[in-house]
Amino acid sequence: MKTRSNLERVLEGGNFAVTAEIGPPQSADPEVIRKKAKVLSGYVDAFNVTDGQTAVVRMASWAACLIGKEYGIDPIVQMTCRDRNRIALQMDILGIAALGINNVLCLTGDHQKFGNHPQAKGVYDVDSVQLIKIVKDMRDERKFQNGEPISYEPRLFIGAAENPFADPFEFRVLRLKKKIEAGADFIQTQIVYNVEKFKEWMGRIRDLGLHERVKILAGVAPIKSVGAAKYMKTKIPGMDVPDEIITRLQGVPKDQVPKEGIRICVDIINQLKEIKGVSGVHIMAIEWEETVPEIVQAAGLYPRPKF
Amino acid sequence: MLISKQKPFEEIMGYLNGESKVFLVGCRGCAEGWESGGEKEIIEMKRRLEESGKIVTGYALVDMLCDKALAALKLKNYKKKIDEADSILVFTDGAGVQVVSELVKKMVHPGCNTVSSGGGHAEWKGAERCMECGNCVLEYTGGLCPISRCSKHLLNGPCGGSQGKKCEVDPEIPCVWHLIYERLKELGRLEKMEKIVPPKDWSVSLVAGPPVKRF
Repeated sequence: MKTRSNLERVLEGGNFAVTAEIGPPQSADPEVIRKKAKVLSGYVDAFNVTDGQTAVVRMASWAACLIGKEYGIDPIVQMTCRDRNRIALQMDILGIAALGINNVLCLTGDHQKFGNHPQAKGVYDVDSVQLIKIVKDMRDERKFQNGEPISYEPRLFIGAAENPFADPFEFRVLRLKKKIEAGADFIQTQIVYNVEKFKEWMGRIRDLGLHERVKILAGVAPIKSVGAAKYMKTKIPGMDVPDEIITRLQGVPKDQVPKEGIRICVDIINQLKEIKGVSGVHIMAIEWEETVPEIVQAAGLYPRPKF
Repeated sequence: MLISKQKPFEEIMGYLNGESKVFLVGCRGCAEGWESGGEKEIIEMKRRLEESGKIVTGYALVDMLCDKALAALKLKNYKKKIDEADSILVFTDGAGVQVVSELVKKMVHPGCNTVSSGGGHAEWKGAERCMECGNCVLEYTGGLCPISRCSKHLLNGPCGGSQGKKCEVDPEIPCVWHLIYERLKELGRLEKMEKIVPPKDWSVSLVAGPPVKRF
């Protein structure tokens, strides 16, 4: 074990892991996080808190993680390069480790243009691959990015993201390889709706033996409405929502659509469980976190391993 | 006036690793003025490269290398010597390097760092852009600039928002990393993209360095 991360323990034990995402509030209200974390408690091995997703100002990921930790769940701090240079990133890495957080997800970040402060200056001093390497060197080499030594290293389980549905498709596998070589321990993917394309991507991952070098958690998310499905299909960069998902949602009475959305999510998890090299799922039920226990149970992933 | 400085010779030799024959391109414009890629410097570079065991198949000097039409006319005369070479080494600013890599289907190495474009962005007519970052990365990218053309200045490949060859920020903007991938694939040099590029030294850049640049 590299760290005290519960997620690492679950994965190392060969269990099919379950993580879920919490969206923090656009306010200083801790109760929002408490309510969401309480719902997840016992149903997930770790939870992520997004870091200014879509470049909207929200409560800091590390702060919301600490609040959620009160419920005994292992937090994963998300950290983007959009808002921090290498100085700030390393300060936050030291800080979260000192606060007893065991996991970090290293991201480039959604461009500031998409958010509610599009006038902001993006930072992008380093990119996600470089950030992974920085955290890995801080942990394993006890060195800062400038080469200076660290007396007490941050012991973090290092995560990275990958989007199998972005282009160029052939490079997506090599990009994952780069992230592994930079030091990623686990991967959380973009939401999978197109299972066939994901299978093709995983096939290429296995061809290079990458599934044996990193733990891959496939992203999933329930869809609440036909409108939401269409929005994701056309408006969100890097999303692949096949028409049959939309047709399936349209095929039930309007009041049954959310239920059907949850059923689709469970069906997808069941298909993902059968794919060799998939080590778990990451449920991104943003602003619909209360569905996570139902999804976890229906997918036969409850109870979670206890240590 | 674009201000460029030659990269350290050791760095250039590193770029030529695994290659034996190289063709040199210089510029009689700004690069000659700043003594980074005029005739004198090109001849001196040829001597040093040969001394280090490289074969220089030839060299060309273009009056304004950043002018694509002019560069195309000039380089056409050197087709045979360029074909013989494994790669092209270009001594001028970032825009000139990008022009050569557009024109020649070969690996193009930057021989200079662009320190400043001397405030000339606004009047620039060519499609190639240089953001005077001071530490040219065109070596890793097949001659397409991720500093001036990627919305997040990424150095290790496209972000998750690249779809249908377009940038997530604006569907009118091509994803330069998609173009880089295609260019390197065509050149059989995809290994350049598999290598982890370390964090960039922004202290030499006008964007993030001191407001006054001393040359």
